[in-house]
Amino acid sequence: MDELWTTYLWPLIVMVAQSVLMLVVLLIAIAYILYADRKIWAAVQLRRGPNVVGPWGLLQSFADLLKFVLKEPTIPAGANKGVFLLAPFVTCVLALAAWAVIPVSAGWLIADINVGVLYIFAISSLMVYGVIMAGWASNSKYPFLAALRSAAQMVSYEVSIGFVIITVLLCVGSLNLTEVVEAQDGKYGMFGWYWLPLFPMFVIFFVSALAETNRPPFDLVEAESELVAGFMVEYGSTPYMMFMLGEYVAIATMCAMGTILFLGGWLPPFQVAPFTWVPGIVWFLLKLLFIFFMFALVKAFVPRYRYDQLMRLGWKVFLPASLAMVVIVAGVLQYANLAPK
Amino acid sequence: MILPALFFYLFAGVCVASAFMVIASRNPVHSVLFLILTFVNASGLFMLLGAEFLAMILIVVYVGAVAVLFLFVVMMLDVDFVELRQGFLNYLPVGALVGIVVLIELMLVLGGAVISPGAAKSIVTPIPQDISNTGALGLVLYTRYIYFFQAAGLILLVAMIGAIVLTLHHRPSAKRQSIPAQNARNTANSIEVRKVASGEGLQP
Repeated sequence: MDELWTTYLWPLIVMVAQSVLMLVVLLIAIAYILYADRKIWAAVQLRRGPNVVGPWGLLQSFADLLKFVLKEPTIPAGANKGVFLLAPFVTCVLALAAWAVIPVSAGWLIADINVGVLYIFAISSLMVYGVIMAGWASNSKYPFLAALRSAAQMVSYEVSIGFVIITVLLCVGSLNLTEVVEAQDGKYGMFGWYWLPLFPMFVIFFVSALAETNRPPFDLVEAESELVAGFMVEYGSTPYMMFMLGEYVAIATMCAMGTILFLGGWLPPFQVAPFTWVPGIVWFLLKLLFIFFMFALVKAFVPRYRYDQLMRLGWKVFLPASLAMVVIVAGVLQYANLAPK
Repeated sequence: MILPALFFYLFAGVCVASAFMVIASRNPVHSVLFLILTFVNASGLFMLLGAEFLAMILIVVYVGAVAVLFLFVVMMLDVDFVELRQGFLNYLPVGALVGIVVLIELMLVLGGAVISPGAAKSIVTPIPQDISNTGALGLVLYTRYIYFFQAAGLILLVAMIGAIVLTLHHRPSAKRQSIPAQNARNTANSIEVRKVASGEGLQP
């Protein structure tokens, strides 16, 4: 009985508690990221944005949540019921699952697995299923067109994200996310993080992350001027909210990936006194929010791409460029004797 | 030790059940979705074996790319389910034959240890303890089996080029956009200011 308690039950309780804590913090953070997204968008367009619910509109996301949950879910008569309801679950669960391996500070993560980068890459490559299943199961033409678009778009941009990850891994020599961050801890402070030496890859990663998460200017999956609302035309109430949640969690995951791969994760900009007093989680959040701020600005500034231009950018510009960078980085590391042992 | 066994039976059970559903379900899209479930559970089995790299690559490649294309094709097919069912009995003997051959091969592979216990030992390489799974795979793949690895890559490349050559045909009627040509335009080579004499119009 004692052994059962120490080997199984206690670790189980700890794991569940960690997961629940992570989920709660993440979901509250997502509520405010959503709010920030709308506020930034509004500020660019000289509007006020949400400002009624709570002080400065701070409780707007929670009001939206209540509204979605209290509405009646409708399922179209011609829809394939099981797959129709499975799609939002898949989107939401996969997006949340990625956060199991993301280190938000030194040692602050649920599962420290050796292939953390690959795990996140695998999860983000599965995100396309939510869109495809929703589009097919709705049995309606606009969602179906959106599903076909997304299948091509998300698969294409995964290729360049894969190559970006490979260049970073070449410099690190490990697939473990904690080691990726620790490898950026050098004597040059923030100028030693990979955003500077691998700057072209940082740009490619940023743009590919926009396309991978279906953010504007690459939101062709839900282009409202052509496809009404894309794959989620037939969705309402809680299933719609789960799509929305999954989408924003995926965006936060991509921001966290950018932070870890290129901006040094939880490391302070310089390893000197006032910076080192601040806890790592604060630096991590600041960097994550910085990348998200750029995501939000892109949404406000850039007009939507045409579909063929999107494909051209992915296959004819990013793929050759990132392939060339893999060769160049590998060559430099090998011949300058910088490769990790 | 009870936990890995529990997870093994969970993954293996779901894997076999969903593999059965791939052929049993009436709707082809459901079949592909069950196939994906099979892949994910197989990846869980790899994870239990400690082959974490293989597990992740199985998901990235098979679920993230190959199955997406499957689903993409199957979704666009307009399949008549009744007609599909009718052919079932005709194909049954062929399918059963393939199944029996695979079963016998599996029995030979698994029974090899019983028939000659020495044979199994010769193919087992000791798993190094001080190196990660990914590192060990990379060391073997890029040193000892580098020629096979490169040959496999070349075969895939040839297959890819072949597929592109077979399907690509330029239609002269299709409108194409040339980005360099568009970028090269400026006011000097795209605008011309002319004086138009009254009542005569413009001669090109």
